[in-house]
Amino acid sequence: MSSLTLHDVRITGAEGSRNYINDEYGALSWLLTKDHKRIAILYLISITIMFLLGGSFAVIMRVELLTPEGDLLTSDTYNKMFTLHGIVMIFFFLIPVIPAILGNFILPIQLGAKDFAFPKINLLSWYLYIFAAAVGLYVIITGGVDTGWTFYTPFSTQYSNTHVIGVTFAGFIAGFSSILTGLNFIVTIHRMRAPGLTWYRLPLFVWALYATSVVMLLATPVLAITLVMLMFERFTGIGIFNPAIGGDPVLYQHMFWFYSHPAVYIMILPAMGVASEVVAAFTRKKIFGYRFVAFSSLGIAFLGFLVWAHHLFVAGISVYSALIFAFLSFFVAVPSAIKVFNWTATLYKASVSWATPMLYILGFIGLFTIGGVTGLFLAALGLDIHVHDTYFVVAHFHYVMVGGTVMAYLAGIHYWWPKITGRMYNEFWARLAALLVFVGFNLTFFPQFILGYLGMPRRYHAYAPEFQVLNVMSTAGASILAVGYALPLIYLGFSLRFGRKAGVNPWGAVGLEWTTSSPPPKHNFEETPVVTWDAYDYPAMMKAVGETQNV
Amino acid sequence: MMLSDFPLFPEAASTMAHQVDALYAFLTVICGTVSILVFILIIFLAIKYRRRPDNQLAQDQEPPALLEAAWIIIPFIIFMVMFVWGAWVYFRLSRVPDNAIDVYATGRQWMWKFQHPTGQREINTLHVPVGRPVRITMASEDVIHSLYFPAFRTKADVLPNRYRTIWFEATKTGRFHIFCAEYCGTMHSGMIGWVEVMKDTDYQRWLAGGSEGSMASQGEKLFQKYACNTCHTNDATGRGPVLAGLYNTTVALTDNSMVKADDNYIRESILTPQSKVVRGFAPVMPTFQGQVNEEDLLKLLAYVKSLSAPKPATVAVESQQSMQTSAGSPLAPGAGQAPQPTTTGKGNQP
Repeated sequence: MSSLTLHDVRITGAEGSRNYINDEYGALSWLLTKDHKRIAILYLISITIMFLLGGSFAVIMRVELLTPEGDLLTSDTYNKMFTLHGIVMIFFFLIPVIPAILGNFILPIQLGAKDFAFPKINLLSWYLYIFAAAVGLYVIITGGVDTGWTFYTPFSTQYSNTHVIGVTFAGFIAGFSSILTGLNFIVTIHRMRAPGLTWYRLPLFVWALYATSVVMLLATPVLAITLVMLMFERFTGIGIFNPAIGGDPVLYQHMFWFYSHPAVYIMILPAMGVASEVVAAFTRKKIFGYRFVAFSSLGIAFLGFLVWAHHLFVAGISVYSALIFAFLSFFVAVPSAIKVFNWTATLYKASVSWATPMLYILGFIGLFTIGGVTGLFLAALGLDIHVHDTYFVVAHFHYVMVGGTVMAYLAGIHYWWPKITGRMYNEFWARLAALLVFVGFNLTFFPQFILGYLGMPRRYHAYAPEFQVLNVMSTAGASILAVGYALPLIYLGFSLRFGRKAGVNPWGAVGLEWTTSSPPPKHNFEETPVVTWDAYDYPAMMKAVGETQNV
Repeated sequence: MMLSDFPLFPEAASTMAHQVDALYAFLTVICGTVSILVFILIIFLAIKYRRRPDNQLAQDQEPPALLEAAWIIIPFIIFMVMFVWGAWVYFRLSRVPDNAIDVYATGRQWMWKFQHPTGQREINTLHVPVGRPVRITMASEDVIHSLYFPAFRTKADVLPNRYRTIWFEATKTGRFHIFCAEYCGTMHSGMIGWVEVMKDTDYQRWLAGGSEGSMASQGEKLFQKYACNTCHTNDATGRGPVLAGLYNTTVALTDNSMVKADDNYIRESILTPQSKVVRGFAPVMPTFQGQVNEEDLLKLLAYVKSLSAPKPATVAVESQQSMQTSAGSPLAPGAGQAPQPTTTGKGNQP
């Protein structure tokens, strides 16, 4: 059909031709596929289910918190709700969502590769994810777990009578899925780049996924060790964390956060990568300060390993180690600030489109900024003593994880949806959903900052009556947020059948993924592209487009 | 009117509260300004440079290096101001004033138990005087808890394996929340209570009313009940070290290391005596792990403390004199008889 030449790459939009979706049929062709795009679809379906599950736990909690008394659920049920919400959302949604769905689909195409370096390992990591999720679901059905997603000892090892071993086993398995994904990404980025695609020509999404993969590979084994120790302790009573026989419960917290703080960067770095892609595509500009943004990802990945004990400022660490960890925590805020300023500066003298993905990313930049600066409150030692373990912390990490990662994921799925499915979604409904998510999110979580400073502790089933007004606001926001999250399920599903055909490059964006048909053929490209240009080379793109067609 | 129904700050009822609030206000102003600027800039730029028929092509330009350097260096300097200020408040929250009065706390699923040196015990309520620093020494009987006083802007985790301390000086009388801030199981949100800040005269009256004897004297009874006094005699002839005058001194161990005989050392020496054995003594003491509960441990601690460090200033001079007179024999008894001469004197005479 339409065909034009950009940078000597032949762009083809052969609609109706064979692509990764219609290449083979039948359930087995999906379940035994080694195609990274099909694996991404498998992840898309399974992670969406887990998101709905984790979200429903949140809804139940918010309804309970409408009144100060614990009247809807028993305390045990409420405790299980926040525990399962945390476990499902962190281990089964936030950690895999962008790497395993968007990264799986887009990364090899952005590299000009046919697939990952290890396609079978890629499928194995999905099966590990499914196995872990199945164990998790089994635990939920047979009674749940009530330790909080952090499994603090000695409560988890000696006092909780719920399925601690089952759920930590699920986390253990999910960790291997994560490790294999990270390994696959690193090797692929090193070895499978198209000819001419040097490191500084890589899209920033690739840089972000690279930094993420390094963290996955180095931090996740520590989680595995910690969870094994926890299971072993609970099963045999060996006493690693049991103070009665010389163990130290706070040791567990150090080990847990040595993984779980870097894990925060596993969740946010890919979101930053999506933000860079979307900002470039919808401003038709190269990202301002490309190298600063690229290296800030690596800086965050490195510094992220050195700040874990800021979760322990009131747990009984010495004054001096608290000082060092507070200092380093402020330090890690610098590369995040660099990114925010560079994205904002990219808008200057740009051609800013207000398409749905861009709306999500503009919201992302704002919410991530609030999430980031409230992290400074928690790093300021004297202030952390007061707000630690209150709703202030809850609000802070939801601003980063939901306002940041989920917003960026929604931006990414809308941005690449035409490429993944070959169809356009309804722009009106999509923009409406973006607006609802932004408004609902702020109404849900902003009051929690105030609640936290007023002193409402987190994980409280019943609370003091003076906190009710803010809690009602938060629950009202959550119901708007729920509608905002439900809408995309409807209009995106609708677009699969009724959506306008997308064509090769509906956004007029630059990047190897926009040079192949939508949906892409089984092996991504008809011939291996040779790259001779920098990432986000919009001037050349616009020149080429201007000569051939009107976008 | 509305503001009183919709407060942004919790009640400020301690000497530290306004310092924490000032730090919070500083960060809110700085971070709020930056966030609002980012929001305004994004909206302004997104509107000004929105895509129009005559604005299809962005004007690409390289960033001036100076701008990039500016938004690395300026935030870093601001962060360092926050760090130093935060650390300064933290130091003040960590350092217990010397004239603090003692209270002992035990956390357990799901209640707070408080003991006063004079012997009063209370559950989920804590009576303290206004205008005097109060130090709480605390431990947990089971899981990790966290003792949190929002009105005093302070909290600390309560651990099952060692003592932690927390302090505050209340600045106004009244009732203020006590929360458990570390998730501890089913009734975590019910592990709450009230701190009653009283005028000093009321507090003294409250202290005087009804008691089973001071913590130290109860500790002394336990000391005899567990037959500690058979080895820890008051002269240097016992199989165990003399405890009089021990508290807060430095002790030499069999491995030639030195430790300070503080709360945690005394606790550890009762529960797991083998872990730190004093030089010159055989490791013959049995373990009391699992035999003495946290409340009794605190009483024993109070007793051991009462054998040393005198409290009132006049007594301190006296004690120094007695230290000097017995300078030839540092282990000699009598050095710390000052605070409660009646209890200290008799109990340990073999």
